[in-house]
Amino acid sequence: MLEIKNLHVSVDGKEILKGLNLSVGAGEMHAIMGPNGSGKSTLSYVIAGREGYDITGGRIVFQGEDLTGMEPEVRAAKGLFLAFQYPVEIPGVPNTTFLKEALNAIRRYRGEDELDAMQFVKMMREKTKELGISDDMLKRAVNAGFSGGEKKRNEILQMAVLKPTLAVLDETDSGLDIDALKIVAEGVNKLRSPDRSMLLITHYQRLLDYIVPDKVHVLAHGKIQRSGGKELAMELEEKGYAEFGEAAA
Amino acid sequence: MVASTNTMEQVNDLAEEKYKYGFVTDIESDTAPKGLSEDTVRFISAKKNEPEWLLDWRLKAYRYWLKMEDPEWAKVKFPEIDYQDAYYYSAPKTSGDGPKSLDEIDPELLATYEKLGIPLREQEMLSGVAVDAVFDSVSVATTFKAKLEEVGVIFCPISEALEKCPDLVKKYLGTVVPYTDNKHATLNSAVFTDGSFVYIPPGVRCPMELSTYFRINAKNTGQFERTLIIADKGSYVSYLEGCTAPMRDENQLHAAVVELIALDDAEIKYSTVQNWYPGDENGVGGIYNFVTKRGACRGRNSKISWTQVETGSAITWKYPSCILQGDNSVGEFYSIAITNNCQQADTGTKMIHLGKNTTSRIISKGISAGRADQTYRGLVRMSPKAENARNFTQCDSLLIGDQCGAHTVPYIESKNKSAIVEHEATTSTISEDQLFYLRQRGIPPEAAVALVVNGFCREVLQQLPMEFAVEAQKLVGISLEGSVG
Repeated sequence: MLEIKNLHVSVDGKEILKGLNLSVGAGEMHAIMGPNGSGKSTLSYVIAGREGYDITGGRIVFQGEDLTGMEPEVRAAKGLFLAFQYPVEIPGVPNTTFLKEALNAIRRYRGEDELDAMQFVKMMREKTKELGISDDMLKRAVNAGFSGGEKKRNEILQMAVLKPTLAVLDETDSGLDIDALKIVAEGVNKLRSPDRSMLLITHYQRLLDYIVPDKVHVLAHGKIQRSGGKELAMELEEKGYAEFGEAAA
Repeated sequence: MVASTNTMEQVNDLAEEKYKYGFVTDIESDTAPKGLSEDTVRFISAKKNEPEWLLDWRLKAYRYWLKMEDPEWAKVKFPEIDYQDAYYYSAPKTSGDGPKSLDEIDPELLATYEKLGIPLREQEMLSGVAVDAVFDSVSVATTFKAKLEEVGVIFCPISEALEKCPDLVKKYLGTVVPYTDNKHATLNSAVFTDGSFVYIPPGVRCPMELSTYFRINAKNTGQFERTLIIADKGSYVSYLEGCTAPMRDENQLHAAVVELIALDDAEIKYSTVQNWYPGDENGVGGIYNFVTKRGACRGRNSKISWTQVETGSAITWKYPSCILQGDNSVGEFYSIAITNNCQQADTGTKMIHLGKNTTSRIISKGISAGRADQTYRGLVRMSPKAENARNFTQCDSLLIGDQCGAHTVPYIESKNKSAIVEHEATTSTISEDQLFYLRQRGIPPEAAVALVVNGFCREVLQQLPMEFAVEAQKLVGISLEGSVG
């Protein structure tokens, strides 16, 4: 599904990722854990194709295709989704308008028929019901005035609508109290499926109490330092990142 | 750094799309001699079989105009206008005395409307909108007259109103915008060729939206439309004005005048979607749109609401205003102005509070892209007798790219201690974060920009009648395709 080979990435001329290797199979849930400044967000942005994150070596292969140089909207159309650490506010644009525009842009790209207003509304009702999200959120402007928890739930809702084959969840737990965290985790778990891979990027182990990954990787100094099972996260919780030359957070 | 440079490139790419409505229709013109003189004024008046008083009024305006200076306070730049290098009257030739129905309309003219996506037939059949279409200077088709006549509404070209109800025209013409008002309005008074006249009798709620589409067509012909709308006591009317113009090389002067009069308890809602040719990427060939629009709330509890979506013209100089004379009267101004490439706009409103408990609301959304320059200029005046008058003003500017400009110039004069004036202003840009977020969701850059801008304008778009809102939303997208996204 996702193969990252010897990836080097620079931002403003400074090398952040220094030979990162990662392989995620179909339907797998991988967690990337690491201290602040280790390159976690850089990894999520470079996968999504954000401008300014330059690949200076290695490559990212998604579903057999090299992503280098591919526009972000094309990556999205090919099934890549990034749940943002800080979801962006778009004042005046109702959530439904935004989601319909996004879904139909993706469908157009794939040569599928666009959904008309009726079909879309019906589909949205199903999704909000499934995730226990109030319809009120659909009418409000995208993320504008949303609480931290609402913003993260909105990301999950978007994932449910756009049905990606690979979802990168960047610090989805940040800024959430424990109740909000549980709700968001529940949403993520509902969206797990054999044909959807997920990459969970997090600083803390606590998210993994609710979302159980197949594999855990430790990212530090721009490289995967260690990989293991769920127990690796427990170990990190106990010992911190000191072992990787970082102060405990 | 890298990221913002990239946004700029996208914006520039998107700015290249051509004006979609640029085409010229070939129609024989019956044109006045070139240039401006008393003879030109007399020619126009004679062409239209006007009464003596109107010719006198035109001539007074012309003589006054000769002594006037161009208004210079607006923040726009353009070469001096050579008024002698233009034609002031041009009418499409028709067989007989004019068309009795759409069947008699020049097929080429109908095709022109088709290209603009506003086929008259379809409008007549489907939308229930009465259309008084202006092609160059003479109205060629008026529909739905019968239905309007049933309730006593008069909706016709102003030249026809002069025959039908000369007293009404004489009573109100020039009472809101006097011929001495400003150089552009004075010129219009001298040489106006046609325009719409609307009269809504007391207590009548006009059963349909009234709509006029303006087009500039004959080469080198300035357009001087004159619109007069009177809403008698307790009546209501919603009027839609929209325009697109064909592509051409020389700058064209468009100096329209619109006068609105609302008597006791009457309400006028006036909506405009303006899409005149803005010129090419370097600003060559666009329309000069120097318009004087003013409404008088003469009666108690009367209301006038202006909504405008301004996307076209090389230069826009326009301040739809309200004179709030009647006690408790209400004035509103909702505006979206989009400037791109080399477009310049100096637009805003004037709210003149004269009566007690008068209220006004100004919501202005300005979007500037490319090398365009835009100014909101608004006056709120609370006169000594305007007890408890209130105004709320909100001016938001959105900048796209780093070569455009946005300016907000509010003038506030309050001579009454009980009056309250509020002014809020913001300036923002489309952030790289927003663009990336939308693109990550699969939305291509141009559509992403259009989405953000439509969101920015939402408050104003919501004020438009349904038929117009959809069109306006598309137009916002198109202007930004043709200019930004």
